[in-house]
Amino acid sequence: MIPACRLADLPRGEAHRLDIEPPVSVFHTEDGELFAIDDTCTHQDASLADGWLEGCAVECPLHASTFDLRTGAVGGPPARLPVRTHEVVVEDGTVYVRLSAAAPGPSPCVTSRPVRGLA
Amino acid sequence: MVGASLAGLSAARALRSRGFDGRLIVIGDEPHRPYDRPPLSKEFLAGTASEADLALEHDDEDLAAEWVLGTRATGLDGRARTVRLADGREFRADGVVVATGAAARTLPGTEGLDGVHVLRTLDDALALRAELALGGRLVVIGAGFVGAEVASTAYTLGLDVTLVEAAPVPLAGPLGEAMARVVAELHADHGVRLLCGTGVRGLTGRGRVQGVRLADGRTLPADTVVVGIGARPCVEWLAGSGLALGDGVTCGSDGRTGIPEVAAVGDCAEWYDPYAGGHRRIEHWTGALERPDLAVAALLAGGASLPAVPRPPYFWSDQYGVRLQFAGHADAADGVTVEEGALADRSFLAVYRRAGAPVAVLGMNRPKPFTRMRRQLAAVGI
Ligand SMILES: Cc1cc2nc3c(=O)[nH]c(=O)nc-3n(C[C@H](O)[C@H](O)[C@H](O)COP(=O)(O)OP(=O)(O)OC[C@H]3O[C@@H](n4cnc5c(N)ncnc54)[C@H](O)[C@@H]3O)c2cc1C
Ligand code: FES
Repeated sequence: MIPACRLADLPRGEAHRLDIEPPVSVFHTEDGELFAIDDTCTHQDASLADGWLEGCAVECPLHASTFDLRTGAVGGPPARLPVRTHEVVVEDGTVYVRLSAAAPGPSPCVTSRPVRGLA
Repeated sequence: MVGASLAGLSAARALRSRGFDGRLIVIGDEPHRPYDRPPLSKEFLAGTASEADLALEHDDEDLAAEWVLGTRATGLDGRARTVRLADGREFRADGVVVATGAAARTLPGTEGLDGVHVLRTLDDALALRAELALGGRLVVIGAGFVGAEVASTAYTLGLDVTLVEAAPVPLAGPLGEAMARVVAELHADHGVRLLCGTGVRGLTGRGRVQGVRLADGRTLPADTVVVGIGARPCVEWLAGSGLALGDGVTCGSDGRTGIPEVAAVGDCAEWYDPYAGGHRRIEHWTGALERPDLAVAALLAGGASLPAVPRPPYFWSDQYGVRLQFAGHADAADGVTVEEGALADRSFLAVYRRAGAPVAVLGMNRPKPFTRMRRQLAAVGI
């Protein structure tokens, strides 16, 4: 289990990103539920923790594909692949993530990441 | 569906997800299945994305549609709802969605000169990509979003790039002058020359382009020229159809036209925009993705539904590794302030307000606060 953050530091409606490889984010919904999914959108290189949380879904901040926090399923285009979901455990006020045993998906094809400057 | 790109595909998806189980015909003049255009000036042009990466359909998606590709629609009889094709075929339909998009404007008199490109289609991008691979000097005419992205990509590929822009500041219309200046500085940050307030008189060279002659008498040597002076809506084929044509097909705020069985979506349509208080043609990907669902709902309701209101326009652009995001209407604002970050860091959030209420927002590398502000944009008329 990987410690993520203190529950008190993750208000409802917010997300916390774990900088592991691949990154994983914990979401605290308005209803008080906690979910963890892979943080990188399966379309291109966007962080879902930067997205918009609505109910049990998060909308990607770039092109608005939504992902169901409970199943990881894509709600609409342009993303085509689901994200992995992970188990969340809270013990003594600390939020932990138990990583899924599934292999990380083909992360958004390196190929379709935005062009980075040379510098 | 006439037009087999993002807006046409989104309309087809919306029809199926709203329970339409009749015959669905998608007509497109390009030979390709729907593909994504934004990467054409970015990853695809840079060579880091392949043709397969551009596909807009899912691998296991089946819309049970008939795809009539590689054939141009040449006419619509609005009353009889008949679409005529260039090859003589005719399709009669209960409903028609016009999604023919836009075509790149060309520079008159440059046809037939090698080394001169526009960028709108996959075939354009393949031709330009092959030419950029040769290196050399590139002149981009027009520093709008497509021109700026081509310049940025060509710079990363190692070409010597110059942009020529007729306006004193490029993109001042969509971004407002102050922020447009900051965005234009991205070119100088990377040593890419941007000549503003400079008209183009013509191109030099026989058979192949050699230079760009400017209105001030100078000539810029060029091995390759990209003309990025905007796009015009593909609506010529609708002459005599009974549809009102302005800057594209004129529609209500949900894509309805004057003919109840015909809707228009995407880059070919000017919808009534309640935020702007007039008709606006929005040439952004997100509009072509989201709005067809509103239009299809109106079409299926047969005019019985209340007009829905689309979200304020939103677009993004990737230049020199900087992620730009913009939403709303800059021209509705009475001022703009940087509310997070700093302009000089190329990482900031600028909010355009009118009487205190946010009406537009620009983000550079700030997706999270941008998304939050985008949600708060007020519906203020201009
Ligand atoms: C190089 C480039 C980069 C872009 N980057 C961005 C970006 O970063 N962010 C953003 O928000 N937007 C971007 N856009 C804009 C975005 O791609 C468009 O808004 C979107 O493609 C519009 O979709 P559409 O389906 O309405 O029209 P189109 O994609 O233009 O498709 C219309 C289709 O209809 C076909 N057609 C035309 N006339 C006929 C006819 N008579 N009969 C049959 N078929 C016909 C056309 O050939 C075409 O296939 C970019 C566009 C380009 C060209
Ligand atoms: S990067 Fe998430 S939808 Fe495009």
